[in-house]
Amino acid sequence: MSVAARTCAISLSEIAMLRRYRLSRTTQALVQYFVPKLLPMSDYAVEALNIVRTFKDGEILALNDVTLQVPRGEVFGLLGPNGSGKTTMIRILSTILKPTSGTASVNGFDVTEHPQSVRRSIGLAGQFATVDENLTGFENLRMVGLLNHMEKSRVVKRSHELLERFGLSGAANRTCKTYSGGMRRRLDLAAALVANPPLLFLDEPTTGLDPQSRQDLWSIIEGLVEEGTSVLLTTQYLEEADRLAKQLVVLNHGKIIAEGTSDQLKARLGNTVLSLSFATTDDARRGAELIQHVSTKPANVEGTVVDITVESGPASAAEALRRIDGSGITVVGLSLREPSLDDVFLSLTGHKVEDTDTPTTVEDAKGRRARKARS
Amino acid sequence: MTLTSSTERHHRSSLRWAVSDILTMARRNLLALFRIPTAMVFAVIQPVMFVLLFRYVFGGSIQIRGFDYVNFLIPGILVQTTIFGAIGTAIGLAEDLQRGLIERFRALPMARMAVLGGRTVSDLARNVLVLVVITGVGMLVGFRPHGGVGAYVQASLLMLLFAYCISWGFAYVGLAAPNSETAQAMTFPLIFPLTFASSIFVQVAKLPSWLRPFARNQPVSQAAEAVRGLMLGTPHGESTWITLIWAVGLIAVLGPLATSRYRRAL
Repeated sequence: MSVAARTCAISLSEIAMLRRYRLSRTTQALVQYFVPKLLPMSDYAVEALNIVRTFKDGEILALNDVTLQVPRGEVFGLLGPNGSGKTTMIRILSTILKPTSGTASVNGFDVTEHPQSVRRSIGLAGQFATVDENLTGFENLRMVGLLNHMEKSRVVKRSHELLERFGLSGAANRTCKTYSGGMRRRLDLAAALVANPPLLFLDEPTTGLDPQSRQDLWSIIEGLVEEGTSVLLTTQYLEEADRLAKQLVVLNHGKIIAEGTSDQLKARLGNTVLSLSFATTDDARRGAELIQHVSTKPANVEGTVVDITVESGPASAAEALRRIDGSGITVVGLSLREPSLDDVFLSLTGHKVEDTDTPTTVEDAKGRRARKARS
Repeated sequence: MTLTSSTERHHRSSLRWAVSDILTMARRNLLALFRIPTAMVFAVIQPVMFVLLFRYVFGGSIQIRGFDYVNFLIPGILVQTTIFGAIGTAIGLAEDLQRGLIERFRALPMARMAVLGGRTVSDLARNVLVLVVITGVGMLVGFRPHGGVGAYVQASLLMLLFAYCISWGFAYVGLAAPNSETAQAMTFPLIFPLTFASSIFVQVAKLPSWLRPFARNQPVSQAAEAVRGLMLGTPHGESTWITLIWAVGLIAVLGPLATSRYRRAL
C-alpha cells in the first residue's frame, strides 16, 4: 500500500473506531456502517505476532514468542498465574511498554508506529485501580475525558452517565480516598470507558474483590460486550475466564501453553477433580497408585492429599473407594470440586503453579510495591 | 485527500492540545494541594512560621549593616520558600509513579510532556500564592520594599522563573526515587546547603571563610541578592543577569534530564 493510501486508511479507520468524535448520530451510523465495508479492515481487535519482551538486559524473559488474535465484539481471556506475563502483554498492547521484538496491532494501528492512534482507541483498567485518591469520582472521570481530548460538555455529560450506570452517583463528589475496593474498581472501569473506546483491556479486574463486587463487575463487563465492545481480559481465575471469555489462552512463564474455547480446555482437563485425604503420607502414596486407574490423568500427591482429574465425579469416586477398600488404608476425607487454575496447570504442565515469592518479572515487583503503598 | 483530516487535524492542533493537557494536569495537582492538609501546611504555613521565627526570635540577634533585618529577611524567605516548594514536584511525581497513575497517563492519548509540564506549572501556581501570602505577612510584620511596585513585580517574576527551572531538577529526583518518602529524603541534602549556606538569612561576609566562596557564588545566593536588591531598591551588582543565566542554564540541562528519565521511568 502506498503511503498516501495508508494514511487515508488509518484516518478512515480512526473515524470509524472513534465513537467519541462529535459527529451527528446519522453520520456516525453511516461511517460505522460503510467504512468497514470499503476498507479491508482486520476482523481482529488485537493481532500480536511473536511478541518477545525481556527485562534487565535480557536476564528476565517475561514474554517468549506470544502470538494472539483477539476477535472483535467478544471477551478474550488471558489466563495465567502471577508472573506469567499477562500484565506485560497488556502493557505492550496499551503502548506503555515497547516489545523487545515482534509486532502488534490494536484496532488496526501498529503499537510502536502509531501509539497515539492506539491510545485513542483503547480503554485500560487494571487490578491496581489507578484512580487519583485526592480527586472525587467525577473529577477523575473528567480528567481522563479531557486528556482524551473530548469536548468539555461531552466529558461532563458522559462522566455523570457512567457514574450513574456504575452506581457511583452518590459518591460522585467524594474523594476516592473514601471509596471501597469495589467502588474503586468500578470507577477505574468507568475511567477506561469515558472516551467510549471500541476495545477494553482489563488486567485482573476482580482480583482481591469480594464475591458480590465480583458478580457486579462481571455483569457490567457482559453488558459492555453486548453493546459491541471488545475486551481483552487477564485473570487468574478459571471461573472468571469461563464465565466471560469466549476464547482464551493459558500463559505460563511468558509462553502460551494452551489455547481454545473454555469448553475445549475443560474437555482437555476433564470436568471434576476428585480429592482424597489419608491419615499418613505413606497411605497417600499407596492410595494414589490404587486409584490411578480411575482416570487417564496422573494423580497428584501432596502431603496426605491426592488429587486426580476425572471424567465423571460420583462414578469415579465410588470406583476409587472400591479400589482402596480392603487394602488396609483409611480414607479420612473425600471431595469433588470444579477444576481450578491449579488443576489446569497440573494437567497442562504436569506440575503445580509455582510459588511466586520471588518476582519473575519486573511488573510483579512493581505490583507489590503498589499494593504495599496502598495498604 | 480530504479524508486525511483526522490525523492531520491532530498534528496541526497538537500544540493546543499540549497546552490543554498541561492545564488539566496542573489543575489536578492543585486540587490535591488544597485537599491534603499536610501539603498546604508545607506550602503556606511553614514559610509563615519561618517569617515569624526569624523576625521575632533570631532577628534580634542578627545585625546586617545598612538593612533593617525584616527588609533583608523577607526577600530571602521568598526565595527559600519557592525553592523549598520544588520538593513538592519530587514528592508528587514519585507518588504518581508509585500509585501507577503515570502508567494510566501513558495509555492515554495525551501530550507526552503533560505529566512533567503539569507538575511544574502547578508548582509555579503554588509559588504565586506563596508569594502573595508572604508579601502580605511580611508587610504586617514591618517589611517595607522601597524599590517600587514595578521592581517588586520584576523581582517576583525573576524569582518564579528561577524556582521553575529548579523544579525540573526535582522532577528528575522524584522520577528516580523508589517512593515518595525516599524522594523527600533525597531532596534535603540538595536543598539545605543551597538555601542555608547562602545570603538568604545572613550576609555571606559573616560566614566562616571556607564556606564563603561557595555561599557567595552558588545560584540561590545570586537569586536572593537580585530579588532583594530589586525589591528594596538597593545595589545588587550583576546578580540579576547571573540569576537569569543560571535559570536558563539549569533548565537547559535539567529539562532534558528529567524528560529522558520520564521516558525510562516504567
